[in-house]
Amino acid sequence: MNFDFSDEAKELGEQARKLLAEKAGTGPARKAMADGAPAMDAGLWKEISELGWTAARVPEAHGGLGLSVEEVAQLAEAAGGSLATVPLVSTLLATEALVLAGTEAQQAKWLPGIASGEVIATVAWSEPGAVNPANVKTVAKGGALSGVKQPVADLPVAHVAIVAAAGADGPQLYIVDLKGADTATVETVDLVRRHGKLTLNNTPAEALGDAGDYQDWLDRAAIILAYEAIGTAQAAMAMSVDYAKTRVAFGQKIGRYQSVKHKCADMYIKLELARAHALHGVAMIGTNGAELRQAAAAARVASLDALAFCAEENVQLHGGIGFTWESDCQFYYRRNRALVAALGPRGWWADRLVRALEQRNRAAA
Amino acid sequence: MDFNDTPQEAEYRATVRAWLEDNASEYRDPPAESWKLPEFIARSKAWQAKKHAAGYTGITWPKMFGGQGLTPMHSIIYGQEEGRWHVPQGLYSIGLGMCIPTVFTHGNPEVIQRYVPKALLGEEVWCQLFSEPAAGSDLAGIRTKAVKDGDEWVIDGQKVWTSFAHASDFGIVVCRTDPNMPKHKGLTMFIVNMKAPGVTVKGIKQMSGGSDFNEVFFDGVRVQDSHRLGEVGNGWKVALTTLMHERLAVGGKPRYAPGYETLMKLAKGVEAPDGSPAIGASDVRQKIAQTYINDQGIKLTQMRALSALSKGQVPGPEQSISKVVVAKTMQDLASFALDLSGGDGFVAGSDADPELAKLQGSYLGSAGLRIAGGTDEILRNIIAERVLGLPGDMRPDKDTPFNQAVPV
Repeated sequence: MNFDFSDEAKELGEQARKLLAEKAGTGPARKAMADGAPAMDAGLWKEISELGWTAARVPEAHGGLGLSVEEVAQLAEAAGGSLATVPLVSTLLATEALVLAGTEAQQAKWLPGIASGEVIATVAWSEPGAVNPANVKTVAKGGALSGVKQPVADLPVAHVAIVAAAGADGPQLYIVDLKGADTATVETVDLVRRHGKLTLNNTPAEALGDAGDYQDWLDRAAIILAYEAIGTAQAAMAMSVDYAKTRVAFGQKIGRYQSVKHKCADMYIKLELARAHALHGVAMIGTNGAELRQAAAAARVASLDALAFCAEENVQLHGGIGFTWESDCQFYYRRNRALVAALGPRGWWADRLVRALEQRNRAAA
Repeated sequence: MDFNDTPQEAEYRATVRAWLEDNASEYRDPPAESWKLPEFIARSKAWQAKKHAAGYTGITWPKMFGGQGLTPMHSIIYGQEEGRWHVPQGLYSIGLGMCIPTVFTHGNPEVIQRYVPKALLGEEVWCQLFSEPAAGSDLAGIRTKAVKDGDEWVIDGQKVWTSFAHASDFGIVVCRTDPNMPKHKGLTMFIVNMKAPGVTVKGIKQMSGGSDFNEVFFDGVRVQDSHRLGEVGNGWKVALTTLMHERLAVGGKPRYAPGYETLMKLAKGVEAPDGSPAIGASDVRQKIAQTYINDQGIKLTQMRALSALSKGQVPGPEQSISKVVVAKTMQDLASFALDLSGGDGFVAGSDADPELAKLQGSYLGSAGLRIAGGTDEILRNIIAERVLGLPGDMRPDKDTPFNQAVPV
């Protein structure tokens, strides 16, 4: 049995965490939060592109490294933990869609630029009034889309968007070149990551795969985002544990109190459950396993549970100082909302998990 | 990544599987009625002897103690394969899993020669005498005393929660030999004959109705100094090696305990408040998802540990979350499912639906599982302190002589 990341993937993750610990983190995140700050850290983007992070998943034929989703997961976790102000996860999510469902021509058009870092990509499924990925109102007609997509992560810096819209057989993905598209910045609860509004008014778009591919992409996106959530939750937990080791109250380190200690243990428990399911998802992608849908939904739900708990209890554990603007607690607390908005709420994914289990039972019967 | 055996593992598994096919055929199905104790013991002994002859006992033990000298993976593979059969299980898990490794680690050569082979063969059953009425989570607070008398020790006191004491021939018992020392320092471990004069075993009836444990009373029980395990005053360290030998639990949720599948089945036949099948109700589906995430999450976490073992590495600390998740999930699932069943879930005994009776058993039993082998609270302490590196609780009695410690 080999239920673990490859040594190569772990090594890339280690390298990514190290670099981002140095170049990103809560300090740069705070700068990005200021009025008039640039929408991304262009210097860091150049550096990580040169290191091949955006090329990881791109096939070699299109200028990439042709690596597996294991490497993508490691990068997403590192990005999540560092709050890095680069559109890495958005680009990884879009890349996954192109690699999964793109025609040769579509891949040849977009993937080389993504691999080199010149093209920034994002995905847009959320809409005003839509609370789950099955419910899209944007319509496709004659090679064009009409509708409104928001909030779209990293839209203000992106060159291309992978857009979910209602096709003939249900929701599916489309490629929209953002050159000349109607985009605007949207304020969100997350003050660090930029989001936008994409207004589609008979905007030219190319279908990317079919309705089945959309469902498959949702599984993959859920797993990649689970790793971003895990990285973010892990950072919040580390902040709590560090504080519990140093803060003194009633004559002792607060980490000696069981109410504090058990809170930290519960953070760890939720994180490890999320890691188990997320790794299951990665394994299912790698082996074309039959349990991909249930693994992906479980990873999504468990990682959102872990992140919400770690981010919320991290503020609580810090007490009053944790509630101040100056404290770094708010970054994880706010990012929690961004990651829920990124692919739909816990409840919808829990239901998708049960539907996958029912489907499996029917198939076995 | 893959979920397959290595070629060596696959070969061992095939050998084990073939042997079980040839030798375990009478245990293909669960017994129609659960065995009474004498039959359980007789069957356990016969099965252990059969395994022993075939080389499936002491799989990870050194060869010099009669073991097979193989890896934890071999032991796990054997356990997985044996787990597909309904062979008698449990009589030797504490003796061979914890007591005897302590005997061969700390005992003198004569003692090892006398006890280890018979234990491995299954002729003699062992129990572990650690917990006391006033020392459960705080194990080092035990009061059972042993006083030196010539070449012997005299033991007086009481132990509790001793599994299979009533079926045991011997036990390892941790005693206080010097109450003038701080609590962890004045302890010593001995081998005790459970049939010796002065040993009284009394069954405990649990709130679930079952009787899995005993109280054991020691009244002037005499033990040879040669039956001491480790140095005088070193009993705490010896006890820790016993606990370290606790085998890697592979199953997660107890084998027959209801899980998310139970709830999925049940909810099809029960009505939601609006009269539709409960399987469509949002709260039911959320509970199914949560139960899957917890139980399957623990299974997957254990697979991470197995992968490390398979590569000859030491598993990470993630395994420490298993019991604290499994026990509470069992309780929550059973409670939710019984809620859903209304009055039917309350009717018990011969009037009960068998599936609901299982859930009732799980509801009652899980309350004990949350305590046995480390309470939820102690397990969270362990995660926080050993995995996350948080400081230990304040222990005002830690450095005070045991007989002078006053509760604060």
